[in-house]
Amino acid sequence: MEQLVYKKPDSIRDDYKITFCPGCDHGVAVRLVAEVLDELNVREKTIGIASVGCSVFSYDFFNVDIVEAAHGRSLAVATGVKRSKPDKVVFTYQGDGDLASIGIAETIHAMTRGEKVTAICINNTTYGMTGGQAGPTTLIGQVTTTTTKGRQVDISGYPLKISELLKEVDGTAYVARVTLDSPSAILNAKKCIKKAFEAQIKGLGTGFVEILATCPTNWKLTPQEAHARVRGEMSEVFKPGVYKDKVSEA
Amino acid sequence: MKREKELLKGNYAIARAAVEAGCQSYFAYPITPQSEIGEYLSSAMPENGRAYVAAESEVAAISMVLGAGATGVKAMTSSSSCAVSLMQEGLSFIAGDEIPCVLVSVMRAGPGLGYIYPSQGDYYQTTKGGGNGDYKIVTYAPSSVQECIDLTYKSFYVSQKYRTPVCLLADGMLGQMMEPAVVGEYPYEEIDQSSWALDGAKDREPRHIASIEREQETLRKRVVKIFEKYNKILEKENIFEKYEIEGAKLVITAFGSIARIAKAAVKKARKNGMKVGLFRPILLNPFPEKIVAEIAQKVDGILDIELNCGQMLNDIKASIACAATIPVEFYGRPAGVMMTVEEIYKQIETVYRKIVEKKYGTACI
Amino acid sequence: MGRIVLNRDKCKACYLCIDSCPNKVLEVDEKVNNLGYYPAKVNEDKKCVGCAICARVCPDMAIEKVYR
Repeated sequence: MEQLVYKKPDSIRDDYKITFCPGCDHGVAVRLVAEVLDELNVREKTIGIASVGCSVFSYDFFNVDIVEAAHGRSLAVATGVKRSKPDKVVFTYQGDGDLASIGIAETIHAMTRGEKVTAICINNTTYGMTGGQAGPTTLIGQVTTTTTKGRQVDISGYPLKISELLKEVDGTAYVARVTLDSPSAILNAKKCIKKAFEAQIKGLGTGFVEILATCPTNWKLTPQEAHARVRGEMSEVFKPGVYKDKVSEA
Repeated sequence: MKREKELLKGNYAIARAAVEAGCQSYFAYPITPQSEIGEYLSSAMPENGRAYVAAESEVAAISMVLGAGATGVKAMTSSSSCAVSLMQEGLSFIAGDEIPCVLVSVMRAGPGLGYIYPSQGDYYQTTKGGGNGDYKIVTYAPSSVQECIDLTYKSFYVSQKYRTPVCLLADGMLGQMMEPAVVGEYPYEEIDQSSWALDGAKDREPRHIASIEREQETLRKRVVKIFEKYNKILEKENIFEKYEIEGAKLVITAFGSIARIAKAAVKKARKNGMKVGLFRPILLNPFPEKIVAEIAQKVDGILDIELNCGQMLNDIKASIACAATIPVEFYGRPAGVMMTVEEIYKQIETVYRKIVEKKYGTACI
Repeated sequence: MGRIVLNRDKCKACYLCIDSCPNKVLEVDEKVNNLGYYPAKVNEDKKCVGCAICARVCPDMAIEKVYR
């Protein structure tokens, strides 16, 4: 007797449109968040925050209530939602430009307050939607449309290590950096995302997962080469791992 | 329950009214001359089981208001001038999203940091907006502590009924002065927000609230719909004060705190035989152009008085542009130096002589 | 024995599934789909074990169901 071992998660719309470029890890990250919402059985009480960037069309695929934030303000909007409706599950889905550049103040302060929300950050070392400019996480030497000779420290400074920074913030209950470059990495990422949601559901504080993701279009690499870059130079600078886990301790 | 008259400071009156109106979520960053609002609500909100967050900035505060408003609750922030500048981003999104919320803006003198003196220098900021795109911030301007309370109620009601941001535009004088007022019961019906607000997609399709819209025609229609609401608000929710307009030859136009000083000067002018009236718009945005035009058709001149270099003045002029050809004089003072009744009276007398006596001779007085 | 349901019109031809399939069940289709890509397709001669790795690596959720 044939058994169903995989299906599209219920937290993904039936009429979903994946608006990302071919091979972009965003699509996997979105699905993992949806699978976690399904497994925790919280879809019907979840409110998501769509940020500015490639994730702005979150309502095209997430089968949950969604409100859009201005660029960088997702965690402030999430604060407003959660404080007004404390019984809801609230998450933001943001890029690194949104969360760690224009929205770094909102990020740090929401987490300092220990807002019971979950923040998922896609770190692809570039501003994807605007065409691949240098962002806060662009690696030293990385060629982008605004660092055509590669990022130089004396001009553009250093890449920001988001997870290392946020683990130091007292209000975070879970901080992890994951990759999606292999089937096992994807399984691990899902576990971490689930913990980041459990952090808010258990009232421990903010849950945060930084996903090292590909941007094949702007990196000008094939999806396969892009994954090799995540495994290689990206993981060397941004070390994957669990940086803080009050969920397991609890 | 009968409510007693109390001696109340404007800022506390607004804060008390917000609680009475059922404000569920308040987010703000301190700035003088309105800090008492946040101070009061920092304890009153949690005591009533409601949300108070000391935001890290006004940029964040207005985004928190956006999030709270999106869940359908009554949400509010308060601020002043240079800090309201920081909220323009969020206000544009809130207007585009059609999210109800109240912004209390207690003006101080500018530009830049200026200082905490009372000023009306943010008429443009509020009514012409600093945010991008086609939208308005519906604006009510009180001129007494009692009106601070009543118009806080009105602001919540209009914001909830029309799903729009509403600004209560006060100034440092109103925020800081004390006078007797009654914090009455919230007089408006509660508006059901359950048909659109976000509360989790249980037994229904998921909802999304977003200002982004890829379809040109859908975006156009949305903006047109938002502007239809402004017309409706002007038609149904307009408030103004007309004082001694009947038979007046010269009408003073003024709003907010300076209007009450102007009113005292108008009283004095009437006493001295000058046919002078006062028109005080309370709803500043959308601007009551028709009423101003009708007044202009019956008088020989208008004297606009403001605590700035002439901002509402341009709305007055625009309102009467095609309706009448009468002189519009202006008496203003920027940077927060209050006018006395006597100073305004003298100005009225000068303008009255110039316009009315020139036309009719001194017999008119 | 396994079986996958692949929606060829959702595939954007990144071929991450092809690279990941342990039994090389997936290959490139020679016909373009509605999006203009040469999508992945199932080679019926190969043996699918229903491990669902292809579905888990697919960024476009083009593999809608996996049976085993």
